[in-house]
Amino acid sequence: MVLSYLCCENFNRHTMKKSSIVVLIGIAALIVGLLAYSVDFSTYDTIDSAKNKEGKFVHLIAKLDHTMPLEYDPVKNPNYLSFYAVDSLGGKTKVVFRNSKPTDLEKSERLVMKGTMTKDHFECKDILLKCPSKYKDDKQNLEKSMEDSQYTN
Amino acid sequence: MEFIGEHLLPGQLGHLFIITAFVASLISTISYFIASNKKDFSLQQSWIKLARVSFFIQVVSVLTVFGIIFYLCSNHFYEYLYVYKHASRELESKYLLACIWEGQEGSFLLWAIWHSILGSILIFKSKDWEASVMTIVSLAQVFLFLMVLGIYVSGVKIGNSPFVLTRNELQAPIFNQPNYLSFIQDGMGLNVLLRNYWMVIHPPFLFLGFASLLVPFAFAYAGIKNKLYGEWVKPALPWALFGAAILGAGIMMGGKWAYESLSFGGYWAWDPVENASLVPWLMLIAGLHTMVIYLHTGRSLKASYLFIFLAFSFVLYSTFLTRTGVLGDTSVHAFTEAGKAINVMIFLFFFLFTAGSLVLLFSNSRNIPTVHSEEDSNSREFWMFIGSIVIFLSSIFIIAITSIPTYNQIPGIKDLIIKFHGGPLAMPEDPEFVYNKIMILVAFILGIITAIAQYFKYKKTPPKYFLKKIAVPTFIAAIITALIAFVYPFTYFKQGIGFRIAIYMGFFAMVYAVVANAAYLVSVQKGKLKTAGGSVSHIGFALMIAGMIISSSNKQVISSSLVNGITFAPSKDPMTKQMDDPQENLTLIRDVPTRMNQYEVTYFGDSSGHEKGRKFYSLLFNKKNKKDGSISESFVIKPDVYVMKDNNMSSNPDTKTYLTKDVFTYISYALKDNQNEDTTSFKEIVMNVKDTAFYSNGFFVLNDVLKNPKIGKYNFGPQDAALVADITVHSKDSIKYAALPALEVDDDHLHYLDDTLYAQNLYLRFNGVTSDHKIRVGLKESDRLIDFVTVKTFVFPYINLVWLGIVIMFGGILISMINRSKMRKGVALTILIGLTACIFFLFLFANN
Repeated sequence: MVLSYLCCENFNRHTMKKSSIVVLIGIAALIVGLLAYSVDFSTYDTIDSAKNKEGKFVHLIAKLDHTMPLEYDPVKNPNYLSFYAVDSLGGKTKVVFRNSKPTDLEKSERLVMKGTMTKDHFECKDILLKCPSKYKDDKQNLEKSMEDSQYTN
Repeated sequence: MEFIGEHLLPGQLGHLFIITAFVASLISTISYFIASNKKDFSLQQSWIKLARVSFFIQVVSVLTVFGIIFYLCSNHFYEYLYVYKHASRELESKYLLACIWEGQEGSFLLWAIWHSILGSILIFKSKDWEASVMTIVSLAQVFLFLMVLGIYVSGVKIGNSPFVLTRNELQAPIFNQPNYLSFIQDGMGLNVLLRNYWMVIHPPFLFLGFASLLVPFAFAYAGIKNKLYGEWVKPALPWALFGAAILGAGIMMGGKWAYESLSFGGYWAWDPVENASLVPWLMLIAGLHTMVIYLHTGRSLKASYLFIFLAFSFVLYSTFLTRTGVLGDTSVHAFTEAGKAINVMIFLFFFLFTAGSLVLLFSNSRNIPTVHSEEDSNSREFWMFIGSIVIFLSSIFIIAITSIPTYNQIPGIKDLIIKFHGGPLAMPEDPEFVYNKIMILVAFILGIITAIAQYFKYKKTPPKYFLKKIAVPTFIAAIITALIAFVYPFTYFKQGIGFRIAIYMGFFAMVYAVVANAAYLVSVQKGKLKTAGGSVSHIGFALMIAGMIISSSNKQVISSSLVNGITFAPSKDPMTKQMDDPQENLTLIRDVPTRMNQYEVTYFGDSSGHEKGRKFYSLLFNKKNKKDGSISESFVIKPDVYVMKDNNMSSNPDTKTYLTKDVFTYISYALKDNQNEDTTSFKEIVMNVKDTAFYSNGFFVLNDVLKNPKIGKYNFGPQDAALVADITVHSKDSIKYAALPALEVDDDHLHYLDDTLYAQNLYLRFNGVTSDHKIRVGLKESDRLIDFVTVKTFVFPYINLVWLGIVIMFGGILISMINRSKMRKGVALTILIGLTACIFFLFLFANN
């Protein structure tokens, strides 16, 4: 609608110019559309639903499982981190992240992990941490820090 | 209960002034609106007078409110929640302003202050346009004040006041005591990630950019309102240009900031927050080109209306996207929901301005004059219009992709997505590529159009003239691109051959734009500065994009295992049949030189900064000549890790800047101080100053004991309580080492700051002082001393082109603005030179 509106305004009706420009912009839009369509958009999944999509690139929202070991030895290999994650539905998986350990992984409240599920683990390409301290606007967190300020006295 | 030590008066005054500002801007809006409807001159003037008085009351009120917040923050009155959340005693005073606009309320006030300043200028300068233009400015103020109003209307809270009290907002037992304030030691302070000089400069620039987009919007409204459908373009154009310069620079400041202090390794990541300010800027750029077309040919008026209306509407949409929490998990910018009280207001603000302006435009569409003659494709306006459409479409594309997370939240659409897509929609594996592959084509088209369009004249151009003029620049650009392809080929292989071809095409188009515009400047405009704005800003823009193409395509992760051929060979993933990402982190063991591409890197020391918890790691980069082994290049960079009060860590890169490249390094993993202890215990030696003691591999001398010194890695001041032992260690092979173990008392805790001599496997500790004033030195020898950091290092080639490009573009747009606004020469030159020099300094020198 916007396009036809612009074109009517700038180009006289019933001339070659108008139609040629519409074609031109149409082609451009088509290319954009095709290119955008060719992108394999991902999904947000739970750990269990991701296990049904082995090999597909998915986004998982989960938490670090503190009961299981976290393995990271930067002297041996700074590019290998493994840990376990659980999600709110109780799904559980081992995660391998071939990169350095994000600081404060242990303190994070929530992880958004991008990657693919394999047979025995989730091969993670990118992790986004949601850490409690970043949320000044969270009341509970403020109240906690207020409490802490009292105890340090 | 009576509380002790509270300062309630300033807050009450502040809230009063917020309400005053809100009411005054409401009165101002209404009176301006009535004035704009009055035909009778004297009646109109009396309404305008009322409107002006209330607008100025609003200006004074908002400045007072800001002043009061500043006063509260600088005095650390933690009875106010806003002060508790954003200020702290340890915060350096240069961040006092920054901590105010860190918060939602403070940034709305900053925005409102810019509207006030621009509005005051409009009152004096906009003449007959005042009534209708100022209606819109005042209306925007009404909405901004709604966000910070903080009052309850029949149980519904409207806006969040910055003056609410901590004890009313939070539930904690501490508030049951009348002297609760004495327990609150310090506020939370400015987020450490934001402690950077850009936090002081970037937000004001960005908000001035946003605010100045309101002005052309208001003029466009005034054009329709007064049925002066085309006349608004001329007075609005300088404002549009001003907004383009300021917002453009503001956006790239965000990029420079990210590059300097964040560890994602770049200046642009297509993050929703970045896109949210880029999109209005693109629309504004489209709009100001169509406005220029209109002034020269009478065409493109409707398009100008549409672009200008949408530019400000998208400022509001961006505000909605980034501040209401709808983006949730997708942005690295950790925004949270500001609460319903503000979210609804932001949505209303956005909806009213967008829907209102579009309804106004479409319902008056018939009355807006159009030219019904054929537009020649040999005319400048034809190509400018095509360019504007391309810019506009690309901005729509960007915002459509950016908004993806919101689609999952629209009730009906959510079900459709899950049904056909198999789950809530998320960005693909390489989210940046979604944008890059479209935008590189956009860059190609825009570059070509920017190169050729100036050589067309308005209305009609003789083909011979055009071909003669354009031939040489085309040839030069082709040569340069071919040279680059051979001498310095782009090495971005990740997305295949097709995308590499696209990169070359985009690069050619940008070089073409630079060369053609430079040639135009010299051969056609004869170097006259006054009319050179267009060419100069196009050169700047094209230079910036060319710099982005080079620096991103040939960015190299030199800490990568692919480059260094160590650790594990990258293997093919059995599932995806693709190459695994190379292992990009490298661990540097202290004092052990490690190869990193052409450099040999040694982590040789650490030191503390001004802020508590900040630790700098010194890394020595040496480049050796292959033939004789002599060192041809050597520098030290000190990336740092900041352990915050809550034990969160933040890593800040450091960069060695050359004219043609940057070597950019950040710490991707560091040991926390207490992680490295082994179990061997200290042996204690009691000694006097000048005494000597032995260890297995030599001896050491206690030279002196210093109180609160600034020495070596320490930076103590008079407020500290620290003792440092100055020790010289002499090893058997007669090498001398300095050691500085220290003892520090703070908050009733005793800290041992041990010193370690890695080469000697020796720990020294300042254990204390005996009753007869002898010094107790702890000594530990261990065979297991490993100190290390893990780093990631990038080389960004030719990144200075990006910064230089933005500065040139800024200057060029300012020249156009000055030219269109008919300023006096002296004023014009002062503004141009002053602002451009300031931007030049900020982008190219401030951090070097």
